[in-house]
Amino acid sequence: MNSRTFPRITPPASLAPRHNTQGKHRRNTGFSALLFCAVALSVHLSAPVFAADSSPVSPSASTPAQPIPATATHAPADPATQDLITKGRYVAAAADCAACHTAPAPGSAPLAGGYPFALPFGTLYASNITPDPAYGIGKWTEAQFVRAIREGVRPDGTSLYPVMPYPSYARMTDADLHALYVYIMHGVQPVAQAPQANTIRWPFSLRFPLTLWRWMFAPSPEAARASAERSFASPELARGAYLVEGPGHCGACHTARGMAMQERALTAQDGPRYLAGGAAVDDWTPPSLRGEPRTGLGAWSEADLTAFLRTGRTTRGSAFGTMEMAVHHGTQYLTDDDLTAMARYLKTLPPADTKEQPWQADSAASRALLSGSRLTQGQKLYLDNCAACHRSTGAGYAPAFPPLAGNPVVMNRAPDSIIHIILHGATLHGTDAAPSAFTMPGFASRLTDAQVAALATFIRQAWGNNAPAVNDMAVTRMRKTLAPPSPHGSPEENPEKNTVTGGAENGIHPPTDAE
Amino acid sequence: MTEKTLSPVDVVVVGSGWAGSIMAKELCEAGLSVVMLERRGRRSTARDGAYPSSLDELEGAVRYKLFQNPADTTVTVRNRMDQEAVPYRRLAAFLPGAGVGGAGLHWTGVHFRATPQDLRLRSHIVERYGRAFIPEGMNLQDYGVTYEELEPFFDRAEKVFGTSGEAYTVGGKATGKGNIFAPDRSDDFPLPPLRDVYTAHLFRQAAAEAGYHPYAMPAANASQPYTNPYGAQMGPCNFCGYCSDYACYMYAKASPNVNIMPALRRHENFTLRSNAHVLKVLLDSTGRKATGVVYQDAEGNHITQPAGLVILAAFQFHNVHLMLLSGIGKAYDPVSNTGTVGRNFTYQNITNSTVWMPPTRSTDQFIGSAGGVAIDDFNCDNFDHGPHGFIGGSPLWVNQAGVKPIAGAKATTPGVPRWGSAWKKAAIDTYRHSFTINAQGSNMAYRDVYLDLDPTWRTSYGQPMLRMTFDWKDNDIRMNRYVIGHLEGIVKALGARDVQYGMREEGKPFDVRAYQTTHLCGGAVMGEDPKTSALNRYLQSWDVPNVFVVGANAFPQGMGYNPTGLVAALAYWSAYHIRTQWLKGNGGPLVTP
Repeated sequence: MNSRTFPRITPPASLAPRHNTQGKHRRNTGFSALLFCAVALSVHLSAPVFAADSSPVSPSASTPAQPIPATATHAPADPATQDLITKGRYVAAAADCAACHTAPAPGSAPLAGGYPFALPFGTLYASNITPDPAYGIGKWTEAQFVRAIREGVRPDGTSLYPVMPYPSYARMTDADLHALYVYIMHGVQPVAQAPQANTIRWPFSLRFPLTLWRWMFAPSPEAARASAERSFASPELARGAYLVEGPGHCGACHTARGMAMQERALTAQDGPRYLAGGAAVDDWTPPSLRGEPRTGLGAWSEADLTAFLRTGRTTRGSAFGTMEMAVHHGTQYLTDDDLTAMARYLKTLPPADTKEQPWQADSAASRALLSGSRLTQGQKLYLDNCAACHRSTGAGYAPAFPPLAGNPVVMNRAPDSIIHIILHGATLHGTDAAPSAFTMPGFASRLTDAQVAALATFIRQAWGNNAPAVNDMAVTRMRKTLAPPSPHGSPEENPEKNTVTGGAENGIHPPTDAE
Repeated sequence: MTEKTLSPVDVVVVGSGWAGSIMAKELCEAGLSVVMLERRGRRSTARDGAYPSSLDELEGAVRYKLFQNPADTTVTVRNRMDQEAVPYRRLAAFLPGAGVGGAGLHWTGVHFRATPQDLRLRSHIVERYGRAFIPEGMNLQDYGVTYEELEPFFDRAEKVFGTSGEAYTVGGKATGKGNIFAPDRSDDFPLPPLRDVYTAHLFRQAAAEAGYHPYAMPAANASQPYTNPYGAQMGPCNFCGYCSDYACYMYAKASPNVNIMPALRRHENFTLRSNAHVLKVLLDSTGRKATGVVYQDAEGNHITQPAGLVILAAFQFHNVHLMLLSGIGKAYDPVSNTGTVGRNFTYQNITNSTVWMPPTRSTDQFIGSAGGVAIDDFNCDNFDHGPHGFIGGSPLWVNQAGVKPIAGAKATTPGVPRWGSAWKKAAIDTYRHSFTINAQGSNMAYRDVYLDLDPTWRTSYGQPMLRMTFDWKDNDIRMNRYVIGHLEGIVKALGARDVQYGMREEGKPFDVRAYQTTHLCGGAVMGEDPKTSALNRYLQSWDVPNVFVVGANAFPQGMGYNPTGLVAALAYWSAYHIRTQWLKGNGGPLVTP
């Protein structure tokens, strides 16, 4: 069965399978976004951050230290297994497993499933991938595990929804998947808990059309391997390509999708559509990761990129929305070498839009704001709501408060992200390297749709920014459809829980940002 | 109500303000398991400092969102020992905080080091003026630690707080700026000073013209974006004026919440329990060793948390209260003049003077920060006290912290009605054209000013309330009047059209009904003599050596400067000696009396 060797080229629209699940929903806010992005969100996996001294340190013999175990695992593993667990935990971070396979409610058991993907035809809940034999994947053999990850096929032969980014994971090496398997089986606490049942409506609940989808759009492991092993200018670029195209599954969000929700390019080999920006995911628009000077990463240096992936914050902008989750759960845990490799690889991608001109600062808006007179509605709203942190120059106080001037996500042709963040705000969680959380408040209760549109338009066209205006209708539509802010997006801990314990819970969850 | 005993931990830290957060961070770094207990709830800048909804004067400064609810626990107050104390039922004179961050969340951010003189005030006074200069009944004492010893810890605290200021000398080398009375520093401030607001600028000019030595007040309000040694990030202050009583939405005002908690909560060996009101420290049968604490949780359960080391780091008077309730050390008795817990309770001697500038000068009082301009010419012993016969001093400053609408409307002008068009005219004039100059002075300790357990009133937890016996004394009244007397030259140089001097009046007792300051000090002070101090120079209880009591309770007398900088430095100092000495020893006293 797995000997299919379809060339993974973007098929013409007419080849889209008839069971095309999104059907007429495809063009709206991005079922794709929901479907794949959600997936792509992030996940993570954290190495234990602090090695607590397990010996009693108190001078009082009656009070032994009770350090919290770095990972609540089963029997102590032998050193070889322990090495694999450590490596597998790292692979899980690179592949961002936890974000999707952990329910969003604070305190949810890591990897026990339950993250909801709201699709037009029902809700899909991520599965429990802890080693519990009944509710998790404890009974899976390594071969079954590998096949599910690379090919999207469950042990019973049915297909996974391609919310699971197996077309990207197909590239993952045997060694990485072996380590990941060992980690899941021996480094993760089994949780005997069934995730909520999917509420996918018939006929979308049928799994066999997914098999057709797989045949059409997912690369075979052999093809994926061949692509991953193509020639690169340096081993570092090869590593960067592997991480970005494989476990990192960046394209799941940042590459546009076709009629059947398939990514229109899976690697840099597939041409300029790869990572040239995707449709909104959870109403956040993934920008281009290619070299466009305004709307892509053309102006970002390698150091900007590594800082962004490490901490979610740079002088050029901060992560928010679904990308924030990817940093929070995944990229922050990668090594400097790997982040540098990813950054260098991304910097090799030429702009998809070769005509885009570099952003150039224009002080007219700053002068108007500073003058304080004859202001437009957008300018007044900006002064009253935004300028305290983002300043009249739009420069912000990076990296605490990101710049709006020259920021690629502000200039994205699609206004989704900017409307979304004005309405609901966003939280940048603390990371190991940058432990502070920053939250931009939402303004949904304070601004009308017309005000949000005027404000967004001002921001998108001030200081040299040149994105299209935002109309009221777009705001109205988004206000209606936006899900309430996810608990993942809030630093508030469960108010019922009056204890915050530091460190990575179960070695998986980054700690809370509650103060 | 149920009772429960938890598994032992290495350390219990009572309180989550600056002192508790610093101690918890240091002891987590040392590898100890640390449980921090906070009597009230969790805080979050995202929620408590949301912009712009957190800029709510009614919620913050009138309904006291970040403060303790006196219906839960409060103190009783009286002026003299022959009076019956009554509960402080409505917050006014001082505002103890509640919730994670404690006073460190609601403070303004004025961040001074203590002066070398203040830390050894008794020795200094005796050396310069002789023993007879100390009035009868004044318990003038040294801290038992010198500026030189604390200097690295002042420096550490400033770097953690992201403090903005201008050094006078660094490593003995003059910078050409700063406070000429300031002691030498090993390093400059981590951030340049905040800019002078207009009124501070006027004060700077006028003070210099009057022959004094103005300087930019050190403020733990970041003048630029800043990342501290823990990796915690701050935004820059934008002078919005919502510092005191509020969580700073710019993440610019240093707080345990912004500057320490982000790093602290990442320690696996750290646990924070909120809504955990500590009732007492438990001692073993010898009374010489603490075995843990018992606290009441939100459901009313009594939980015992055993621990090998107990750090009391609650607000000043809560620390004293817990020591008294737990029997740590001997309670002070002013009659027999024995005991130390409750002794040397002090306050701060603040009076505010208002100047009205000509109508052409708009004072823009809505702007505010913890910065400002001060002179130290009348602080400490920076002037010859010989002819005046009092001890202590007072900096003078314009520390414009932002006058909000309700406060602006409540401001009164002498001789003007409090309603009607005359009021309206005066209120507008005062808001637009006046500003305040503060004299924030020292307050000495006296034999009959102290803290003890109230014989009558009990808290909602069924425990005796803490009783304050406090009044202003002649020494401090004369000090204040002397300093205010020197304001005239500055006011003249300002070109003010009117002035109202605020100064202490002879025979006018301490009055809890108007806000003065939350800078309460002493009651469990540090020192070198167990007969006059509850704590040794490392803030360790003389009597129960696995209890350290960290906070302004350790100050033997109240100084002119704000206390937080010294509280933070003492916390780092104490933690350093716990880490380097106490943990390596047998858990006994670090100082042998």
